[in-house]
Amino acid sequence: MAATPTVGKATTEIVAPAGAGDRTAKARTWGLGLWSVLAILFLFLPIGVAVLFSFNEPAGRFNFTWQEFTLDHWAHPFRDPDLARSLKNSILLAIVSTIMAVALGTLLAIALVRHKFRGRGAADFFVFIPMATPEVVLGASALGLFLVAGVNTGFATLVIVHVMFTISYVVVTVKARLQGMDPHIEEAARDLGASEWQAFWRVTLPTIAPGVVSAAVLAAALSVDDYVVSSFTAGQTQTFPLFIFGATKQGVPPEVNVLATMLLLGILLLLGLNLGVQKALARRDKKRIAGA
Amino acid sequence: MRLKNRSRLIPWYFALPGLLWLLVFFLIPLLNQLNVSLLTGDPEAGYELTWAFSNYTDAIREYWPQIRRSLGYAGVATVIDLIIAFPLAYFIAYRAGKWKGFLLLMVVLPFFMSQVLRTVSWQLLLTDNGWIVERLRDVGLVSEKGRVLATSTAVIGGIAYNYLPFMVLPLYASLERLDRRLIEAATDLYASRAVAFRRVTVPLATPGIFAGSLLVFIPAAGDFINASLLGSSKQYMVGNVIQSNFLTVLDYPTAAALSFLLIGIILIGIAIYSALLGTKTLTEAAG
Repeated sequence: MAATPTVGKATTEIVAPAGAGDRTAKARTWGLGLWSVLAILFLFLPIGVAVLFSFNEPAGRFNFTWQEFTLDHWAHPFRDPDLARSLKNSILLAIVSTIMAVALGTLLAIALVRHKFRGRGAADFFVFIPMATPEVVLGASALGLFLVAGVNTGFATLVIVHVMFTISYVVVTVKARLQGMDPHIEEAARDLGASEWQAFWRVTLPTIAPGVVSAAVLAAALSVDDYVVSSFTAGQTQTFPLFIFGATKQGVPPEVNVLATMLLLGILLLLGLNLGVQKALARRDKKRIAGA
Repeated sequence: MRLKNRSRLIPWYFALPGLLWLLVFFLIPLLNQLNVSLLTGDPEAGYELTWAFSNYTDAIREYWPQIRRSLGYAGVATVIDLIIAFPLAYFIAYRAGKWKGFLLLMVVLPFFMSQVLRTVSWQLLLTDNGWIVERLRDVGLVSEKGRVLATSTAVIGGIAYNYLPFMVLPLYASLERLDRRLIEAATDLYASRAVAFRRVTVPLATPGIFAGSLLVFIPAAGDFINASLLGSSKQYMVGNVIQSNFLTVLDYPTAAALSFLLIGIILIGIAIYSALLGTKTLTEAAG
């Protein structure tokens, strides 16, 4: 009883400076918030410029100063046949290499997480190294091999290298999903008489589907935007980033800004779809658990 | 017995296609490149293997400025990104509340617009008589005839811009994971906020700082888009030299030797950095 007032006193003593601390804490939060907003504006500044200048009618070849507003380039984004072809190549390349990288990478991730085999640690490390290798080295070495093997560079070699540099990202993404998943479910399936393949198709694959979808979006985004590796292995084939880089010397036409903005919107759409799929899959899982 | 053998092979069915792809199109090219770096000859007469280790010393002698620049630019850009990203990641992890997901999306979103076009946009923003350069002249940061484009500032800035999200995400992940009760414990034990930050938050976020710095430094050291578009030949980095030697000059041995020198630079950078940071091994940071 006698101790109570002391405790009360101590509490008020602590509360008083805490009140002042509250104000500084608030100021600190505001400061951090302001810094964050500025950092994000910095990230978006060139994107804003790129979108804005898709509505510009440049006076000369260089789309560098604001002249006048026009929707012309949005109405005819494919006017330049070379540009249109380069975008078509990029999208086709992204689709083909994503499908291949996701197939190879997903299987590899399953083997690395679910199965204990000799050399697993080494394989794990081996998958990690391409991500730690500078792109310029990846591109130059791949070209070196194609030269030695006498392979003509073109669309096929682009697919090969795009699959090569995206596999690791697919493995990492799918692995993360697998590690969060209970291995006993697969064991249960096998105990209940499912074959190895049935367990894979009916249990493992549906459970890791969200990770696989995310990996596909990531691989497609990496592929469609790649300049460095492609610059070595494209041969005569133009991709969208290669076209833009090539155009910098004579001035990048505003149609490029239009198509890049469309591509950004397309990827946003994919991300949105991915989110929708993830939610639907989560709902499905919940329903199944509730049903069981 | 047969069944047992079959199931022991299954991990290999799964792993083999992907591993083979990486073996044939990543590892073998790299080994081939090692071989190429020891050839002598010229584009007309052809090249032959003479174990010319002098290719390396020659490349260092001839391209020392570019090598030093790659290390310097990448190092400075990494520090700039750390300074920009730490408060941002801290805010997203602890203060953003319901905006957390949105802010993370905002950090990744710039990735989804063509990197080359974003760099072209910086070219436009920093152009000689543009708004930004005029304002910098007004406040005297740029001299009357001075430029921003074709300077190391522009190239370093471009690199820092390009790889900033790579710093934010691992920092965010490690701050998010951090047990905040430890910070509370420190302040309860009479550490000031600043001391708690320096002695508790930062050390616990070290894996994130390390991972983020690697993710920025590695691609930055090999970058050549920024030096090509925002710099001049006076800002060229190792990446530019590798590209021109491989695609224009056709001096394959020099380009190959420079590739391995670049990998060497990166390993040295990582070693210095981990020694400074006191991180014992790479795996520790990865975990």
